[in-house]
Amino acid sequence: MRNRHVNAVVIGSGAGGGPAAKELANNGMTVVLFERGDWQAFDEHNDDELCSQRTTVLGNAYGPDQDKHWRVVVDSRGNERIVYPHEGGYNNNAACVGSGTLSYGAMAWRFMPEDFRMKSEYGHVEGSTLEDWPISYDDLEPFYTQAEWEIGVAGADPQNPFVPDRKKPLPMPPFEYNLEGRILFEAAKRKGWHPFPIPMLRNSIPYAGRPACYRMRTCVGFACPVNAKCGTQNTVIPVAMATGNCEVRTRCQVAEIMLDDKGRATGVKYFDRFNKPQIQTADVVVVAGSATETARLLLNSKSKLFPAGAGNNYDWVGRNLQGHAYTAAFGLFDDEVYDDVGPGACIAICDFNHHVDGIVGGGLLANEFIPMPYLYTGTRPPGAAGWGKEHKDFQRNQFKKTIAVMGPFQEIPNFESRVSVDPAVKDFWGIPVARLSGSRHPYDRKGCEMMSARAEEWLLEAGAHFTWQRIGGGPGLSGGQHQAGTCRMGNDKKTSVTNRFGQLHEIDNVFVADGSLVVTNGGFNPALTIMALGFYVGHHIADMWKGTRLKS
Amino acid sequence: MSINRREFLKGLTLAGGSLLFFPACKGNISFWRVLTEEEASLLTAITEQIIPADEDPGATDAGVVNFIDKQLSGFYSGLKDSYRNGLEAFQDYCRKKTGANFEALAWDVQTGLLKDLEANRIDHPYWEENTASRFFSMIRNHTMQGFYGSPRHGGNKNYVSYKMMRIDYPHVIGRNIYTPRSETLNIYQP
Ligand SMILES: Cc1cc2nc3c(=O)[nH]c(=O)nc-3n(C[C@H](O)[C@H](O)[C@H](O)COP(=O)(O)OP(=O)(O)OC[C@H]3O[C@@H](n4cnc5c(N)ncnc54)[C@H](O)[C@@H]3O)c2cc1C
Repeated sequence: MRNRHVNAVVIGSGAGGGPAAKELANNGMTVVLFERGDWQAFDEHNDDELCSQRTTVLGNAYGPDQDKHWRVVVDSRGNERIVYPHEGGYNNNAACVGSGTLSYGAMAWRFMPEDFRMKSEYGHVEGSTLEDWPISYDDLEPFYTQAEWEIGVAGADPQNPFVPDRKKPLPMPPFEYNLEGRILFEAAKRKGWHPFPIPMLRNSIPYAGRPACYRMRTCVGFACPVNAKCGTQNTVIPVAMATGNCEVRTRCQVAEIMLDDKGRATGVKYFDRFNKPQIQTADVVVVAGSATETARLLLNSKSKLFPAGAGNNYDWVGRNLQGHAYTAAFGLFDDEVYDDVGPGACIAICDFNHHVDGIVGGGLLANEFIPMPYLYTGTRPPGAAGWGKEHKDFQRNQFKKTIAVMGPFQEIPNFESRVSVDPAVKDFWGIPVARLSGSRHPYDRKGCEMMSARAEEWLLEAGAHFTWQRIGGGPGLSGGQHQAGTCRMGNDKKTSVTNRFGQLHEIDNVFVADGSLVVTNGGFNPALTIMALGFYVGHHIADMWKGTRLKS
Repeated sequence: MSINRREFLKGLTLAGGSLLFFPACKGNISFWRVLTEEEASLLTAITEQIIPADEDPGATDAGVVNFIDKQLSGFYSGLKDSYRNGLEAFQDYCRKKTGANFEALAWDVQTGLLKDLEANRIDHPYWEENTASRFFSMIRNHTMQGFYGSPRHGGNKNYVSYKMMRIDYPHVIGRNIYTPRSETLNIYQP
């Protein structure tokens, strides 16, 4: 049976795709929201550490499926290998309705105004593609607010003097600190820093018909058993469905955007849940498959006018793949600092995010999410025993006496860090797979050294009797759970993929609405910014929609 | 202390010779899904070195080999040969070096041999291509997973590792951490 024509298809139901679909459906457009994964719930995987979205040694609880998805990774020496979703190099986020927003840690950061104008702030960095965004913080501000209210954020901005201006307060009060948070709070104050509760996409009070969080230790990497975590799957997507305009079509892998001779999109080809090839025609195509898969889909959508892939005539699709250079310090304390109040991460400082002498950018620092026991087996100072009695003793005696402080250093983007499609390797359906190559910019190491040093100082001030650093940002593939940047927005079609509204420069009815748009990735976890971009792009499509076609 | 699976099996074979419910296939009887009895007994000794019993249970008591065996028939089925060939080569190395099976050696001798394995200080044709340290860290990681992961995968029997680390399990929903908001909200304001 042929599918009924719709006004828009949205590919990907994660942080960007969910809000975009909701904006379209609410404004009267008929929408099919495609998701290669399925609806998921806590019960299936429970609190099983080994198969979660954070520790994936026995697979990813919330997708993608090992048997159908793989990628090619090229290392610095040019060696290629095939990687599966449970391996680090795959750079997985998730594949289910909500994607990462079902199981994330739910930190809910607004980028700072400086993050939107990195080149103007810091000038050119050799070997980088550091650039300003074509939009400013003020352009995105209303959509941050929309994300905070429609998806739900708890926090206390006024305690962070570096927080950018906002028009409307957050809808929910902040979470109280756990024991670590209280210890770190006092220490930060003594240092003259400015600690504050982390804004979270979790209900601190009953909100939008869902209950308040009861502070499990198993939060990041897991779905919430009581639905207190706010993702797109339990907020904007149900809202979109309730309009009657949006169908969520799960377990469908979109293979290609169909392009006509005039260079416009006519819909998508996909494989349905029975692996049968299908076609869905649409007036508008919105791609929100995450930085890796969005780039892959565009590159796999070729036509006479676009021999190198949709919107890729200037070879910018898939470029500037970035994530975050995570960097940390650990401290051991004499007394127990663990009170089992999850998810652990609750306090942050922004004192080292911008305006640090000699550093381009920076990042937030926060206490880490509670490590589950297997993850903690890797938390050891350099030179400590990796096994045997000594390792076991550490596990037994130090678990409740350890605090980790870490942060995401804002990576300096570069052109060679990229997603392309592999010329030979195909996935289960025969679609060319994503090929990841390149490396972080060498600058990141310097930023990470600065941040780990501050993190260690914080722990020492808090009374740690023994500390060590784990400095991130070394050479190696970028991307990861915070992958972004592969379809950069900009004003010049020769140096970017989309215009300031996420619309492809070269194909006016194809839009991108996910982390791919990000020009620079901020010194913050990116989900709230991606949600804001989803609302922003969706809003502009709805604005341009004239009932039957887009206004040009 | 409970009798472990290996001793239990040994007892059975000694007592019965050919017990009715075993197929009579010369010495190949194994209770395991993938491992042979020989492999399991060597692996038991290695994993016990990685997480030894002390005042708290060790790898053997937690069922770590059961975990590995179960995964080798499932998610880790691609690693069967790495285990099979690696264990054989390591046992062969131990025999040549000491004249005895690894399991039969004194604790400290065993520790020394594993340190050699971990550091690639091992002279055996099998490890020329497959570096010994990679084999060791595979077993090390799987042992940690079996001991510290969820019991649903076959290890961490009765949550022994959680008990050792004093992590409450099960985690009771809605237990004790609701502090009235009015009290907490203003405490840490700068
Ligand atoms: C364990 C974990 C913890 C995290 N913690 C935080 C945090 O605390 N704070 C934060 O800000 N961020 C966090 N993140 C990251 C956050 O989830 C991501 O940044 C965000 O979800 C990315 O949004 P996106 O829209 O770009 O892509 P995604 O949200 O990944 O959405 C893409 C969706 O598209 C689907 N898709 C892709 N290709 C196709 C195709 N061809 N056909 C059909 N469907 C397709 C995918 O299956 C996926 O569901 C975390 C992530 C994880 C996994």
